[in-house]
Amino acid sequence: MLLCLFAAGVLVLSGLAALVTSGKPRLSVVVGSTGAGVGCVLAIIPAVRTLVLGGTETLRGAWNMPWGSFYLELDGLSAFFLVVICLVSGVASVYGAGYLAAWRGRKALGPVCFFYNVLVASMMTVVLARNGLLFLVAWEVMSLSSFFLVTFESERPGVREAGWTYLVATHLGTAFLLALFALLGQGAGSLDFDNFATFGKSAPHLAGLAFILAVVGFGTKAGFIPLHVWLPEAHPAAPSHVSAVMSGVMIKTGIYGLIRFILFLGPPPMWWGVALVAIGLTSGVLGVLFALAQHDLKRLLAYHSVENIGIITLGLGVGVIGISGGSATIAVLGFAGALLHVLNHALFKGLLFLGTGSVLHATHTGEIDHLGGLLRRMPWTGMTFLVGCVAIVGLPPLNGFVSEFLIYFGAFKGVGTSGPLTVVACLGVIGGLALIGGLAAACFAKAFGIVFLGEPRSVHAQEARESRHLGMLSAMVILAVACVLFGLLGPLTVAGATPAIARAAGLDGATTAAALAPAVTSLSGVILVAGILLIAAGSLLLLRFLLLKGRTVTEAGTWDCGYARPTVRMQYTASSFAQPLTTLFRMFLRTHRTIHMPDELFPKEAAVSTETPDAFRRKVYQPVFRFVLTQLERVRQIQHGHLQLYVLYIAVALLILLLWKMR
Amino acid sequence: MAVESLISVVLALVLAPLFLGVINRVKAIFAGRTGQPLLQTYYDLAKLLRKGAVYSRTTTWVFRAGPTVALAATLAALVVMPLGGTPALVSFPGDLVLFAYLLGLGRFFTVVAALDTGSSFEGMGASREVQFAAVAEPALLLGLAALAVRTHSLSLSGIFAGPAGSVTLQAWIQMGPIVLLVGGAFLIVFLAENARIPVDDPNTHLELTMIHEVMVLDHSGPDFAFIQYGGALKHWVLGALVVGCLLPVHPASALWAPAVSVAEMLTLAVVVGIIESVMARLRLVSVPHLLAGALTLSVVALVLVIY
Amino acid sequence: MNAWTDAIVVLVALTNLALLGSSRLSVCIRVVAIQGIFFGLAAVLLRAEPLTMDLGLVALASVVMKGIVFPALLLRTARNVNIRREVEPFVGFTTSLFIGLGLLGIALWIGSQLPSAANPTGSLVIPLALFTVMVGLFTIASRKKAISQVLGYLTMENGIFAFGVTVVGGIPVLVELGVLMDVFVAVFVMCIATWHISREFDHIDVDQLNALKG
Repeated sequence: MLLCLFAAGVLVLSGLAALVTSGKPRLSVVVGSTGAGVGCVLAIIPAVRTLVLGGTETLRGAWNMPWGSFYLELDGLSAFFLVVICLVSGVASVYGAGYLAAWRGRKALGPVCFFYNVLVASMMTVVLARNGLLFLVAWEVMSLSSFFLVTFESERPGVREAGWTYLVATHLGTAFLLALFALLGQGAGSLDFDNFATFGKSAPHLAGLAFILAVVGFGTKAGFIPLHVWLPEAHPAAPSHVSAVMSGVMIKTGIYGLIRFILFLGPPPMWWGVALVAIGLTSGVLGVLFALAQHDLKRLLAYHSVENIGIITLGLGVGVIGISGGSATIAVLGFAGALLHVLNHALFKGLLFLGTGSVLHATHTGEIDHLGGLLRRMPWTGMTFLVGCVAIVGLPPLNGFVSEFLIYFGAFKGVGTSGPLTVVACLGVIGGLALIGGLAAACFAKAFGIVFLGEPRSVHAQEARESRHLGMLSAMVILAVACVLFGLLGPLTVAGATPAIARAAGLDGATTAAALAPAVTSLSGVILVAGILLIAAGSLLLLRFLLLKGRTVTEAGTWDCGYARPTVRMQYTASSFAQPLTTLFRMFLRTHRTIHMPDELFPKEAAVSTETPDAFRRKVYQPVFRFVLTQLERVRQIQHGHLQLYVLYIAVALLILLLWKMR
Repeated sequence: MAVESLISVVLALVLAPLFLGVINRVKAIFAGRTGQPLLQTYYDLAKLLRKGAVYSRTTTWVFRAGPTVALAATLAALVVMPLGGTPALVSFPGDLVLFAYLLGLGRFFTVVAALDTGSSFEGMGASREVQFAAVAEPALLLGLAALAVRTHSLSLSGIFAGPAGSVTLQAWIQMGPIVLLVGGAFLIVFLAENARIPVDDPNTHLELTMIHEVMVLDHSGPDFAFIQYGGALKHWVLGALVVGCLLPVHPASALWAPAVSVAEMLTLAVVVGIIESVMARLRLVSVPHLLAGALTLSVVALVLVIY
Repeated sequence: MNAWTDAIVVLVALTNLALLGSSRLSVCIRVVAIQGIFFGLAAVLLRAEPLTMDLGLVALASVVMKGIVFPALLLRTARNVNIRREVEPFVGFTTSLFIGLGLLGIALWIGSQLPSAANPTGSLVIPLALFTVMVGLFTIASRKKAISQVLGYLTMENGIFAFGVTVVGGIPVLVELGVLMDVFVAVFVMCIATWHISREFDHIDVDQLNALKG
């Protein structure tokens, strides 16, 4: 535990050092990233120790704030999330050292490193905090530091607006959290989580209200639909390694909060689990549908984060259904799938964002339809991006499949053994996961295929070259290897996460391990088949090599049906690739299509462009905000600027106070 | 047990191209032609394996790896699928999810290899393929879920080849409608995944109308042999699903089991040939409706199971 | 009742879904005919008491009318007005299919909530009769062509007939035959009206008939 505090201290100090040496950009970046890396490595040690050996570490200190105390604790759940945070943040900071070099000389790099380190330290504090005030302070620091990171490139159009959207959204969520903490802590004197833990028994009728507050408050950070509108704005605006951390780790703190607080609310009624399943289904399906319609690579990945949060919530829903139904197996399987997907998503989404960063670094554009043919020019980025794509679609034998398999397993068990409402919910989970898997495959075939394969569609893509910076390359390779390893070593990961799963499901270690045993056996079967797959692939490659050894292998142009002058613009674009699916689901997507028809006798130009703005933002939030603004315009009239009337206000207020006290 | 499973896997590996041959022969009979020899696919494979290869200059290692990975994925799916009443080589609870996702792995790499050529034809086929797959996956998984719940087993071997309560001819009396509905859904998914009429015409050579055929347009030589063989194996593997539902005849003695299973598969090949001969290909915008119909059949089966 | 009787009833559910999902009017007409035959036969086969002459007569009349006469009338009308497909309904076909599945779920839930006196055998006929009525109403609300409206009306009638025969039991022959006669007259008149509408306006889209308002 002290090691964690020390790590946080290292992070903050190195951030300050980076800020101070901002004049020498190279030095400040090195100091900042090294500090971040060292801090993460230091913090991971106690986390892994807790996961492997079990047990809990506590640190308690006094703090001079009302209702506040400096109370930190490292139990299984916190340790798991700490591992996720440190792993991805550490790797991303190594990447950032190289990535930020592009701005050397143009912008001050010290603040970026400072805020990055503060972000990581605050995230660590969030998962360790056991006092409401400490939690909220760390939460707020997390939001503010990420706000400054998002608006790093504030000279770019849209970045400032993205930053404002993010700030407003996160504070709206925090408002709900304040209400939640007030509700939970109203009986006790302090906001310690220990006092919250008895809330479920003392005030069961308020538990439903608390649940809704927790879902909205933490859901805003996590990115549930319809609370997700800040995600597609903020994540693309931030620098890529920050996007990786925000998307891979920061939104998971919302999931952490949700799990922790559901534990406090006592035995959950059935409708909580069903509500979580419904939220998970909407977020998953709508997230991937919106992702399909995007043509900016980072926005596509941001919507995919919404989808994966949906999958995690499906797992959480299955887990809560299991707890309320009294079935340890279903509960454990659901939470196992959700927690493992937290880890896996952090890994492959981080990898994908880092790869996108390399693409942006090399081509200076994130527009998918302007890229192409990058696999030849940036082989390492392309290969790791492909690994990330295969992992995120959930294909065996990589890690995405392991967590989705666990959720499926839990849902199947739920269908076989429970009452009608749970059965319908679990069937929704199965059908929803299947649909999400198919749509995600389409989306990532599009993302990888159009960006990395084929011919370059613009000059930017043609002149792209792989970055020479070792940090950027090694970060991506490390994450890709982690994806493969966590996939092939599925049972080990599940065993390692058992303390966290036990804590989340509210059971003890032995029961959890026993409930997980059939799933672990099945995972071993999965690995066996994965092994057969790899052996088959290997032998087929060998066969192909032997067959082609003595034969003529030539190169020619792609078959173009005899067309005399094919151009690279005749390749399939991202929008055309996704068009069958976006047309099929047009009711949800509401894509705007601008068509410029050729209109003269000898037509010169024609253009088609599609734009899919976020439906929730347009239909739900903007009208509400516009209404609030018009109402507030009326209140604005108090501030009219006349000095005499201000003096009159003061006089009237004093007169009223005098009369009141005289009574 | 393992010996019988091994025998059925070997039979599948050897006889899969014959499946295609039977379909083509049935279509030829309907059309009044003599048609290709039954073993034509074998001759084609032998010819392709003898050839060299031509690769497009645009393609990368992904294009060269695509057919290999797709065939390896289908082989792995074959290992999990019980054929003709004998349990699969590898079976464990939950392997039906692995089965569906292994097919998805093969499809993903085929699509990505198609996009590697930078040609609009392959892009066209790839985009249609992913659309159909996105709508067919829920139908497949929900149908498997219905069977899994009814037979109380989460393993494909448990559903189709298990000792009691699994899909056998005797069990049909209890669960007839469910198995028929799910079998119908699986048949539609079979036709969609294997590019048969009414979803796609395997004989068309107009790029604008192809789906599967156009995705593999630029492959040649051993790669194309892998693709053809992989396609035949996929027919066999998905056909085993359909046959397991609709024709679950399991002879009592283990000696006859392989022969009976091969006969069942070839019956399915004849049925598919008949379907291909009497139906016309659907318009591309109607194929999602057909797959939604398959999804409906799965859901109705599920509703029956739960009620 | 064993699974096979319920299977026939399930086939009826499939006919409802086929009505919702297909755009070809000839297919829809034939599907409704099959549904009428099935419900007529089920009314006879699923009775607990032995078969009486009255009930047999009613069943025969309803099977003949719904299975032969009505489809013939409707197919002839469709041929005369030269309409083959429902081209642009208010609710698309795939969406209708999914709404149909939802209605099936609702009907099954209502069926499970009914008191057991209403459904002593616990069979699926009552929920599926409810489902048929709901599908008929939905078809009337979501389709534009006049013939689809007639088909929706016939489906509703099928559902009500099935519900009545299973729950109530012995409906007097005269009442049943009277109802059948009314339905026959209604369908006949609707076909004539459709033909006239088509002759006058060149289409039979019911939603455009509100243009007749002054």
